[in-house]
Amino acid sequence: MLDITNVHKTFFAGTVNERVALKEINLSLTPGEFVTVIGSNGAGKSTVLNITSGKLRPDTGSVRIDGNDVTKLADHQRAKFIGRVFQDPMAGTSPDMTIEQNMSMAYERGKTRGLGPGVTKKKREFFQEELKSLELGLENRLKAKVGLLSGGQRQALSLLMATFSSPKILLLDEHTAALDPQRADLVSRLTAEVVERHQLTTLMVTHNMEQALRLGSRLIMMHEGRIILDIGQEQKRKTTVQDLLHEFEKIKGGALDDRTMLQ
Amino acid sequence: MIVAVELGLIYAIMALGVYLTFRILNFPDLTVDGSFTTGAAVASIMIINGFSPVVSTIAAFGAGLVAGWITGILHTKGKINGLLAGILTMIALYSINLRIMGRANLPLLREETLITPLRDAGLLGTAMSVVVFSLFALAVKFVIDWFLHTDVGLAMQATGDNEEMIRSFGVSTDRMKILGLALSNGLVGLCGALIAQYQGFADIGMGIGLILAGLASVIIGQAIFGSRLIIIASLAVVLGSVLYRVVIQLALQAGLNPNDMKLISAVLVVTALVLPQWKFFKRIGGLANMRKSLTGAGAKG
Repeated sequence: MLDITNVHKTFFAGTVNERVALKEINLSLTPGEFVTVIGSNGAGKSTVLNITSGKLRPDTGSVRIDGNDVTKLADHQRAKFIGRVFQDPMAGTSPDMTIEQNMSMAYERGKTRGLGPGVTKKKREFFQEELKSLELGLENRLKAKVGLLSGGQRQALSLLMATFSSPKILLLDEHTAALDPQRADLVSRLTAEVVERHQLTTLMVTHNMEQALRLGSRLIMMHEGRIILDIGQEQKRKTTVQDLLHEFEKIKGGALDDRTMLQ
Repeated sequence: MIVAVELGLIYAIMALGVYLTFRILNFPDLTVDGSFTTGAAVASIMIINGFSPVVSTIAAFGAGLVAGWITGILHTKGKINGLLAGILTMIALYSINLRIMGRANLPLLREETLITPLRDAGLLGTAMSVVVFSLFALAVKFVIDWFLHTDVGLAMQATGDNEEMIRSFGVSTDRMKILGLALSNGLVGLCGALIAQYQGFADIGMGIGLILAGLASVIIGQAIFGSRLIIIASLAVVLGSVLYRVVIQLALQAGLNPNDMKLISAVLVVTALVLPQWKFFKRIGGLANMRKSLTGAGAKG
């Protein structure tokens, strides 16, 4: 469903700030696979997501979604394949517009927009049904401006808007990181439900190892632009946060040794 | 005073154009000063050359569209800062307008224009003409209301509100900005054509400082009449435009020099922008709208 092949990405190439973000990354997701990505800061997790969404273009290598080569397409041109939820709860919705207008824009993802009315009776009923699944009472507040909602409510709405039109790929960029623990739990529970319901191929970046183990069917760990650990469902079930931390230590130590050796 | 109301209602079309860019797209567009004159020039020269006033006025709308489109291309494809893109088009249009007109002033006094029927019937300056101009301004307002609630219109609103989000739903925000700028300047050109016909001449300097009148109408109108919903916000722009012309008229009647009007307009806009920031005025409930319109999106929290 998603094939990232030999992708290499360097930021600020040719300057003193040159930083290699991704080194020959290869990653393939089968349909319905839910991959969680962990790693330290600067490991390249977000870069993988941004390369997939089209916000960044790889220096070399290709990105294919469901057989279509999208490497050269801009983010809005790929949007028909991709649903995204951002880290910032403010980023995924338009604050000055109403809930139903926001949902209507999401509903038209990747379609050619015409001069038909943005919100129709039929769409409104559909939105109400979808909002009920969030169990936040938003189905009765269709005409409220999204700016009036709390961060958790906005993030739940973003998740719904990113998924209800069944994208080929769902990208989640630390989408629970900015929420308080209770809201984060709610949004992660909704994530599991919605991915299950629509059988979405999902790539989720997270800082929370416990969450990375609990959600999804596969886990990858990144470090300095490489994928250093890739475990499937079976093994993931047996792994604990301690194991992951241990793995981290091992790699960090190793990296340190390399550097010491070179000096 | 009725003349001021009439002018306010005609200028409301320009103010609605400014509303589209300044509020909806969050883009202060200075093309307006040039495209207004372009509209007046195109309509006037066509009327003088025997085209029907209706065709000429529609052509003025088209000329404005092109002007806005150019600013949009400069800003999105050329990656030029929005203010500068507007200024560049505005300055270039000055020469183009002179080319269109052939000279600095084109009188229309003996020509058949859209205003002629009203003038011949002796209705100008009466309640009847106010009704006619109101109907026209409201028609434009309703078209904008309708447009902003279509799928494209929603995408345009979101482009000004949260660009990254609407891109993630497959909308080219560049295209939305170009479209918005074109429509906005189309309305400004249309307004220029009507003003030229109303006052009986087109003049190369008629657009200078016009953006201030547009901004004043939008800011003052929305501060007083609110902006919670699009339909209210656009009505507020029309009323704001009328109010602005009435205030200018009162200032003139009070004996102020007409040459000082641009300075007075500027002071008026600065006042409307600065006053609501002061603590004293923040406490006055009615001014909450003004503060909101000042800080932009408002309910971003």
